[in-house]
This record gives sequence, C-alpha cells and structure tokens, in this order.
Amino acid sequence: MSTKARIPHWADVTLVPLVSIALAFVISAVLIWAIGESPWDAVKMMVEGAFGSSYGWGYTLYYATNFIFTGLAVSVAFQARLFNIGGEGQAALGGLGVALVCLYIPWPHWSVALVAASIGAAVFGAAWAFIPGYLQAKRGSHIVITTIMFNFIAASVLGYILVNILRPTGSMDPASPRFAPEIALPKLHEMLALVGIPFSRVPPVNISLLIAVGMCFVVWYLLWRTRLGYQIRAFGESEPAAEYAGISPVRITIYVMLISGGLAGMMAVNSVMGEQQRLVLNAVEGAGFIGIAVALMGRNHPFGVVLAALLFGFLYQGGAELALWTAIPRELIVVIQALVILFTGALDNMVRIPIARAFAAVRAR
Amino acid sequence: MALTDTAMRQETAASDLAIELRGISKAFGSVQANKDISIRVKRGTIHGIVGENGAGKSTLMSILFGFYSADAGEIYVNGKLTEIPDSLSAIKSGIGMVFQHFKLVDNFTVLENVILGAEDSGLLRPSLARARGLLKDLAREFELNVNPDAKVEDLSVGHQQRVEILKALYREADILILDEPTGVLTPSEADHLFRILKGLKEQGKTIILITHKLREIMDVTDEVSVMRRGEMVATRVTAETNPTELAELMVGRKVLLRVEKTPAKPGAEVLRAEGLRVVDSHGVERLRGVSLDIRAGEILGIAGVAGNGQSELLEVLAGLREAEGQVWLRGEALPMSGAKFGPLSRRKQGIAHVPEDRHRRGLVLNFHAWENTAFGYHHDARFNPSPWRMDNDAIREDTRGKMERFDVRPPDCWLKASGFSGGNQQKIVLAREMERNPEVLLVGQPTRGGDIGAIEFIHQQLINLRDQGTAVLLVSVELDEILALSDRIAVMFDGRIMGERMPDETNAQELGLLMAGME
Repeated sequence: MSTKARIPHWADVTLVPLVSIALAFVISAVLIWAIGESPWDAVKMMVEGAFGSSYGWGYTLYYATNFIFTGLAVSVAFQARLFNIGGEGQAALGGLGVALVCLYIPWPHWSVALVAASIGAAVFGAAWAFIPGYLQAKRGSHIVITTIMFNFIAASVLGYILVNILRPTGSMDPASPRFAPEIALPKLHEMLALVGIPFSRVPPVNISLLIAVGMCFVVWYLLWRTRLGYQIRAFGESEPAAEYAGISPVRITIYVMLISGGLAGMMAVNSVMGEQQRLVLNAVEGAGFIGIAVALMGRNHPFGVVLAALLFGFLYQGGAELALWTAIPRELIVVIQALVILFTGALDNMVRIPIARAFAAVRAR
Repeated sequence: MALTDTAMRQETAASDLAIELRGISKAFGSVQANKDISIRVKRGTIHGIVGENGAGKSTLMSILFGFYSADAGEIYVNGKLTEIPDSLSAIKSGIGMVFQHFKLVDNFTVLENVILGAEDSGLLRPSLARARGLLKDLAREFELNVNPDAKVEDLSVGHQQRVEILKALYREADILILDEPTGVLTPSEADHLFRILKGLKEQGKTIILITHKLREIMDVTDEVSVMRRGEMVATRVTAETNPTELAELMVGRKVLLRVEKTPAKPGAEVLRAEGLRVVDSHGVERLRGVSLDIRAGEILGIAGVAGNGQSELLEVLAGLREAEGQVWLRGEALPMSGAKFGPLSRRKQGIAHVPEDRHRRGLVLNFHAWENTAFGYHHDARFNPSPWRMDNDAIREDTRGKMERFDVRPPDCWLKASGFSGGNQQKIVLAREMERNPEVLLVGQPTRGGDIGAIEFIHQQLINLRDQGTAVLLVSVELDEILALSDRIAVMFDGRIMGERMPDETNAQELGLLMAGME
C-alpha cells in the first residue's frame, strides 16, 4: 500500500498551485507591510501595471512568450526525467543562431526570415544541448551538472563572439550590428490592427507569441500522439521497463535533449529578433531559469506551461511597474518572484499533503 | 463459523494473550484493506496468518507495528490496551518485525546493523560489546549463528534474515512478526529458520508468521488464522485442520491444487543455447556455461533459489544482456551482441518475454492499461499508420479485446497499471506477450503476487499455449509451480545447471538438494 498522498487529478493541477501562489502572496504582503508600504496598493499597482492597459498586457505577453519556450524546454526533458537546467545557455546560443541567420543572409521578406531564424535558433540551441545529452547518454555524466556548466561556457562563448567577431568596428558595445529593418517582426499591435483592435505600439510583444502557442500544441502532440513521445514518456517513467521494451536509453536521452535545447533556443526569436533586433550580451535575462519554475508549476504539461508563463509574465511586468512607481525597492520584487518559485516548486508537498488530508477526511465522511 | 471460534477462544484468559486485536479496520481510499478484524495470539505460540496476496495480512501487521494507524479498533499487548502510533512504540511494547525485504545497511557489519538505532550512548564501544555478548548467547541457544564482524553485503540471504531476527531480539522483542520469511530461502535454509523459531517459542517468545505457503503453516504453527479480502474468516488449531480446508478458506471456494494437463507432445527443437557465460559489472560470474534446449510444445521449468543466474539467463535469451556463448532459434544462430542484438529483434523473431519483475520491467505502472498493452510492440504497423502518428484508438480497441479474453478485472483500459491487483497486472503482461503466438515464450515468476484464482487462470493459459506448440521456458522460485507445470525440470545453482529431471520421477526433496548445490 502506498503511503503517498492521493488527490484527484483536477485538484492536483488547480488547487495545489493556486493555494501555493496564494501563500506566496500572503507572505509577500506581510513583507511589503513590514517595510511600511501598503500591500493592497502594491497588489493594485501590479495588477494594473500588468493587465490594466494594452501597454501592460503587451509586456506581460512578451515576457510570457519567453517563458513558454523555456518552460516547454524543461517540461519535455522532464518527461524523460532529465532535468535540463541549461535553458539559459541554450537560449543564448539560440540567439547566436538567430543573429547569424539575420545578419549574413539577405532575406526578401520577414516571414521567410522568421522561418529561417526559428530553424537557426532551434539548431543552435539543440546543438548546445546535444553535448550534455551525449555525455549523459554515453558517459553517465549527470545532466544537471553538465547543463549548468554549459550555461557558463555559453556566456563566455557568446561574449567572445560578440566582442571579437560580430561587434562592428568602432563600436564600444559588445553587441552585433542591427538587423535589416525589412525583417523586423510584426508586432502584436500591427496584427491586431488588421482585425480592428487598437493596441499599444510600445511593448515588444510580436508574432513569436503565436509560434510559442503553436509549439505548445506541437509538444503536446509529440508527447501524447506519436511513437517518439510514447517512448520518451515510457523511458521517463521507468528506464528498466523501457529497456525491456527495446527503447534505447541512449537514443531517447539524446533526442529529448535535442528537442529541449531546440525549444529553449527558439526563445531567441522573440527576444533577439522580435525585441532587440540585434544580438546583445544578456539577451536571455534569466528566462532560462524561470523556465524551470514555469515547468514545475505547469506540471510539465504544455497547457499548464502557458498558464504558468502568464503568471510569471505578470510578475515580471507588474514587478517592474511596482519598482517604477512606488518606494518598494527593485530587490523586493525579486523576493516576491522568489517566493512564488519557492512555494510552487520547492514547497509543493507542504501544500499538497494538507490538501490530500482534507480530501481523505471529506471522503471518509 | 467465525462466531463459534470466538466463543471458544473467549475461555482463554486475557492474561495468556500476547496480542489481541479487536475490531481493527483500515481503508485506503475506497479500498477496505482491513474490515473489523479481531484476532487473539496466545503467548508462547507460533501463530500463522495465511491469505492470498491483497487479503490484508501485511496491512494488519503494519498497523500492529505502527506503520499505519487503524481507522477503528483496539490493540492489546499482554492484556493491556496499547496505542501504537509509530514503530518506536511498537518496539517499546516488545514487538519486533522481520520484513520480507530486509532493512539492513549493506556495508555495515552485522554488529553495527544490530545496534543501529538502539545504541546505548553516543559512544559505540559499550553497545558493540554488549551486542557481541548477546549474539554469542543467541548463537549458542538457537543456532542463530552469524559472524558478528562480517559485512551484511557478504552474507547469504538466509544469514541476512538472521541478522534481522537478531536486531529484533537485541531490542528485547517478546513478540516477533515475520512477513513471508521463506520467500527467498532454500528449503534447507527454511528448515533452519523453523528450527530457530521453534527454539524461540520454547523460550516463551510469541511468533506471528505471515505466509501464503500452507506447508509451512502445517509444519510449524500452533494456530492459524485465515484472511480473505480484508476479513478474518477463521482461526483454527493447526493440528485440527488440513491444507485443503485452509486453501478453501483462503479462496472461499474449492480449489484445484494441481494443474490438470495432458502429457506434452514435444515437437522439433525450437530454442537451443550453448555455453552461455555472463560476467556482471562487478566482475562476478553470473552464468557459468549454461546450455539448454527446448522443443515445440513443451514446458522446460528452471528451478532454483532466486539469484542463482535464472534472471541473467532470461535476460540473455530475451536480448536484454550480452553474453558469451550462442543461441539458436530453429537452427538459426541469433546475434549475441551488436546492433542486431536487442529485445526488439528477439521479439520480431518470435521470442516473447514475460519478465520476472513486472513492476520494474514488464509494466510502466504510471501508464494506462492500453499504453501498457502496446509496450514493446509499439513499432507494430497496425499501431503506427505513419511515423508521425500513433493510432491510440487502435491500441485501445486491441486492449479491450485482450482484457476480455484474459479476464482482466476491472476491464477498464483507462485505469493505470498501478491500479490493478497483482494477478490482473500479470494478466495484462501475459495477454500482451502470448497473443502474438510466439515460437518461444520466456516466463519468469508468472504467478508472483497473484491470488489463487489468477494463478489457476495463468497456469491454464501457459498449458494452452504449450498445447498450441509454443516452446515455453518457465523460471520460478515456487517449486510447486515448477513441479505442476513443467514437462522437464532443470535446476540452477550458482550460474550452472545442476541437473535435469522429469517431474514424475523426482520430488521436492531431491530438487531441493540440487537447488542447494548438492548432487
């Protein structure tokens, strides 16, 4: 008999994360109150800042796009019980792929450039994830260690390339030249204008949002409707069983890391091609790590990832507004984000077990 | 019937009872594991508890040892109402437990294991010295001899079990619970264990023996209680009952303890193996030149105590482990390593495999039943209309048919594999492997953890497959199963085949000697 707490599936995917978030917010409120600010005003400011205007929405969605890509990357790997925490480095290399495709090939139209840049980003990200994947599969080097080391290597490689190769002569800035204006991606306000909806022109949210949502469907289909997905999930659930069924652990590990790295790399389409329109040093801005929290909270399901990415988009944008308009320091925003990650990720069981007990008590009655 | 039992037992004075449970109930979700159970265990006796897997024996003992708390009911230890919220209080009340899966630290010595968690002080020396003295006494008194300075990982399974018993005695247990203690022992080791238990009984200890082997009950117990589906159905004085009655009480109906089968009509040789050698990653030789052959329409039984190379033999034949030597299928040499070697190609050639450990290998417990029936056959063309799409509907359709033909209960293809009982899980695996009419079926422990009803069904299916002309290799640690099903019996010991016998020309004693390495 298992002593593990059992909860209905719907409660597992809704109630547990919601209660976790609520707890994180309660503690955040206490902190804000303790430094002499009004928690209520802070909440109002964050919600208004993130959802109160099309400007706020635009930024929230822009951040969410990044987090969907990195969240999917972590989720896919986790289905095979591989903990890919190298999203940061893979996205950085993805940015390099985007930059090379956009700088060195003259594209007739943004749509062609978008397809090519997506492929470039995915290939570079996948290649960067391939090495840890190969080492894990063939040599047993632990993927957590290798992927985190590869984050540092990626940062150094990118710095070297930007400073020594891509930087235009005479520029002091470790960044690539600007991409051609013809291949600038359509922003959300341009797309919505086609159907007559007014939207703020300022936020960088762009057509990559649709690619991100599309990738959610692709990942879902891959995992639950294809043979490869079946093998990935079987391998993740039980390696000895997978071996028995003739599923090669080496092959699945490498495939999964390629897919995961590719997804992380595609984040660069949004940030590098969509927003910056050139490659800068820190284009990823920690989104690779947020992806871990997003995947945890989204229960490693593509549709859960979308919701979790929205929440973190809200925290990013609302937090930025809070720092801008109140005396609450920027650091506290990071604390709030950290609390959400802590409660939804690390302290999952703290919420789950009481909820399971409550269900057991109700059932017993 | 249960009522008269109780009335009869009421005469026993409460002070003569080591353990009394009254009205114990425990539910896990919607499953009622224990239902209003009452039992009285007299001091200084060996009390057997029998029942099928899932009857609730282990749950009941886990409640007694403080692993679970009962939803209702009272526990009396030595006539005193006792609360047992955790195992520490169980130990304090003088209850010791020997688990089926030992809870020992492998790289600690015997002495270190014995005192672990019961050290007298922060310094180990005095405890170690005291334990050493105690071990010496016990070894003399009860044949409980183990080298106190040996590391547990170097001990045989039988000796490891003795360490578990010593642990309990060091903690001054008066009441000893043993959960399926003989599952991993050779017949002679089991006899030794029973001698120890009888010695302990003479010293006034009380022993509760959980088992599903009726022969052991008849041999060593004074009284026996039978559980069925979470209820206590009867308690008998062992001398006044017999195995047939107990089996009927366990199942709730008449059972056939023998399998009905016609003599085999062996055909041509299908599978042949010669000189199989396996050295594992620790450099230990697991197979030392095993050769065998199986003909169409016969069952070759491999008897042996677990861990003597049977698992490795199955894995080599199934393509899960590379080996020296050669295997032929219908005269054709099969690859023994390299790219063409592997479980997929073996399956394609017609070798199906029901693995020994269905939880670890045979099933993905977290997968739905339908996902499990395609397992290993997920490359089949009819499940894969294109490389980009798996036809889940076709798989589910196939699963429903299999569940009906193999009487899988409940017949719900959306239930996760972990939600089925052991016997039904095994039926899912068997349906998957048998329904493709393989030329060779490799079966490991086909009825482990199954209840008597499922065992009967599975045995019948194996016989049917044999009669259709499949060559069956049966590996089992249950000697009765080997004797009942096999047309030829090979006994394995220490990576070798010790000898071959015909089932009607041998008996459990002779096989037992071979299993222990004596010719």
